[in-house]
Amino acid sequence: MLTSPDQALLLARWQFAFTVSFHIIFPAISIGLASYLAVLEGLWLRTRNTVYRDLFFFWSKVFAVGFAMGVVSGVVMSYEFGTNWSGFSTVAGSVTGPLLAFEVMTAFFLEAGFLGIMLFGWHKVGPRAHFFATVMVATGTLISTFWILASNSWMQTPQGYALEDGRIVPVDWWQIVFNPSFPYRLVHMALAAFIVAATLVAACSAWHLLRGRGDAAIRKAFSMALWMLLVVVPIQIFVGDAHGINTREHQPAKIAAIEGLWETEHGGTALNLVGWPDMEREETRWAVKVPHLGSVILTHSWDGEIRGLKDFAPEDRPNSTIVFWSFRIMVGMGLLLLLMALAGLLLRRGGRLYANRFFQRFVLLMAPSGLIALLAGWITTEAGRQPWVVYGVLRTKDAVSAVSAQQVGTSLMIFVVVYFAVFGTGIYYMLKLMGKGPDLPRDAAEAAAPDTGKGAPRFDHRPLSRPTDPIDE
Amino acid sequence: MTIDLPVVWAAIIAFGVFLYVLLDGFDLGIGLLFPFFDREHDRQTMLNTVAPVWDGNETWMVLGGASLYAAFPVAYSVLLPATYLPIIGMVCGLIFRGVAFEIRAKARRSQRLWDVAFMMGSATAVFCQGLILGTLLQGVPVVDRKFAGGPFDWLSPFGLLAGLGLLVTYATLACGWLIMKTDGDLQRRVHVAMKPLVWLLLAFIVAVSGWTVLGQASVAARWFSLPNLFFFLPVPLLVVLCVAGILHALGKRYDRRPFVLTAAILFLGYTGLIISIFPNIIPPGLDIWAASSPPSSQKFTLVGAAIIIPIILCYSAMSYWVFRGKVRHDDPGYH
Repeated sequence: MLTSPDQALLLARWQFAFTVSFHIIFPAISIGLASYLAVLEGLWLRTRNTVYRDLFFFWSKVFAVGFAMGVVSGVVMSYEFGTNWSGFSTVAGSVTGPLLAFEVMTAFFLEAGFLGIMLFGWHKVGPRAHFFATVMVATGTLISTFWILASNSWMQTPQGYALEDGRIVPVDWWQIVFNPSFPYRLVHMALAAFIVAATLVAACSAWHLLRGRGDAAIRKAFSMALWMLLVVVPIQIFVGDAHGINTREHQPAKIAAIEGLWETEHGGTALNLVGWPDMEREETRWAVKVPHLGSVILTHSWDGEIRGLKDFAPEDRPNSTIVFWSFRIMVGMGLLLLLMALAGLLLRRGGRLYANRFFQRFVLLMAPSGLIALLAGWITTEAGRQPWVVYGVLRTKDAVSAVSAQQVGTSLMIFVVVYFAVFGTGIYYMLKLMGKGPDLPRDAAEAAAPDTGKGAPRFDHRPLSRPTDPIDE
Repeated sequence: MTIDLPVVWAAIIAFGVFLYVLLDGFDLGIGLLFPFFDREHDRQTMLNTVAPVWDGNETWMVLGGASLYAAFPVAYSVLLPATYLPIIGMVCGLIFRGVAFEIRAKARRSQRLWDVAFMMGSATAVFCQGLILGTLLQGVPVVDRKFAGGPFDWLSPFGLLAGLGLLVTYATLACGWLIMKTDGDLQRRVHVAMKPLVWLLLAFIVAVSGWTVLGQASVAARWFSLPNLFFFLPVPLLVVLCVAGILHALGKRYDRRPFVLTAAILFLGYTGLIISIFPNIIPPGLDIWAASSPPSSQKFTLVGAAIIIPIILCYSAMSYWVFRGKVRHDDPGYH
């Protein structure tokens, strides 16, 4: 039987895992789409090709809903630091607090200030000012990524601080922000967000191609997204590899758990392709091994040493069963995406890209792959940091508030209900918008509609206010 | 000369929270007025007046929270467990409201449902903010830099009074905003609604201040000892003058003055609150120096704040400028 503080800890962890996992979906989409929108509007200004403008309007609607969801679901987390994790706030707030404050000051306000103009100001400001607003929103999302990843990376590989009567005192902010794992994590996350957006754009276009809509906007979006993936996915694999080597250096227990490796092997470590790490038995059952491959991947040498989990005290080990599999799901998705991008390249020869229905079905099926990889990656890095909240400094069990399990449990239930109702609707609406697709090039009816005088709503003035986008029809 | 960092940070946070209360006050207030304006046409106009700015308004709360967390982590880790359920209630209210904002315009059959979500979300968020304010004012027990009270301390008659008071405050502010931003029939009806609200607001101000002063000897001493009384006396006098000014402006059908004077009342009430509790950040026992993060944290964040907050103020003002003037139902570009 769990005692109440243990229950409160467990529930607080579940609550944070639930809210943060729900939340990250939306910023990932916003970060990727914001940059895509800036590119589209830039191309529209440069080429005056209406295809780019139509795509801009279309994806800005999806972006608007995703962004609103991201803002409201994000507010929850910063309060959880206080409500559920006051031990963390008291001990580490001196470092994570300023980083969060910088995020709010440099990113949130930039986004909020220019979002209104981007979404509602199409006819209130000139085209260049509007483009500037879009670029500012995109920049804001990336600055946000910078600070949050600085904070998270510092919790993974802390440096630049001193301990004074149990509390962390920052000493060197440069070292804190640019901690050892920060560059890898930042690039890995930003690329992941671009991949998320590109898979969504590609899958949405594939859906419309499959339904027989082959107009220029759809083809353009399909082609752009696949080019994007072809460039970014290989870079991501390269960055992920470098990140792994960095983790082996700074968080060896996490790597051992990811690999399901118990003994420190000498003269070259094998790689467990699949298997079932068992925390009780201290072994990985039913393992399928490839000799030396572990060393080759993680040390880039034939016989590099990787420390096994038994090198660490049982209370310092992360849960290998979880991270072993979450890591493999992430890598699997990455490889499938690489395959998809390469297949797209092959099909371009001879113009089969827009005709091959099998490929389009595959792309559609891959719609959630970016998000699944992203979530699996975050689970790997966060669960792999356990049992620490600040690696090597503050244990998760010492970070929880002195609140009752009842309070945490009640709020968890409220969040589950609210999140599924509210964000479920939001996701449904985003899918609905995507299913509808960009507006067809002005059809005859629209072109013939009389302009009803001054201030009358005109097609190109109303990116988000098209009455043709009901949620429930 | 050395700067007293905690004082500077207390001032920045006080400023940020005031801007939040003022700005999100009128857009939350619109949700509170919704039940009394049930024509779709009116509701859309009301939302259009805040559609481009509400997200920025809410960001001031996030700034207040993040700055409190950065500069006074002890206060943060005491206040939030102390007001656990109101915080959760406020956040859920804001979630419903924010999403309803985005989705109601796109819903047809379920539009009424989203209207209810918008109203309930706004009302819950405001009421919970009032509860948090009430809890803070009546004092939070702290032992060894940790919250030492019970899970339902916030559920007190004074907390409930503060909750209702904040509902009235925001509704009045929203009336002033709508009078400024709309015209015609809608504006006329808001004029009618505002008058009783102003009286109600005065009643709540008297009740909340009276209760605070009578209930806590330290607050009474702060206000009534000489020479403090002479310095602080203008605060209540100006409140009375502002109320009279609003009633006069409503009679004369002035456009801007009701909003400006309501904002002035808000500012005076806020000043009164700070007079009552400073230099405590969590009354009765935790002051800003004891609650501070290390100087290296406060200094680092201050460098950013000093550069960035003025810039934020400039472009926020610019955003209000772009969307200035009266808003009509059929303006293009909104939802």
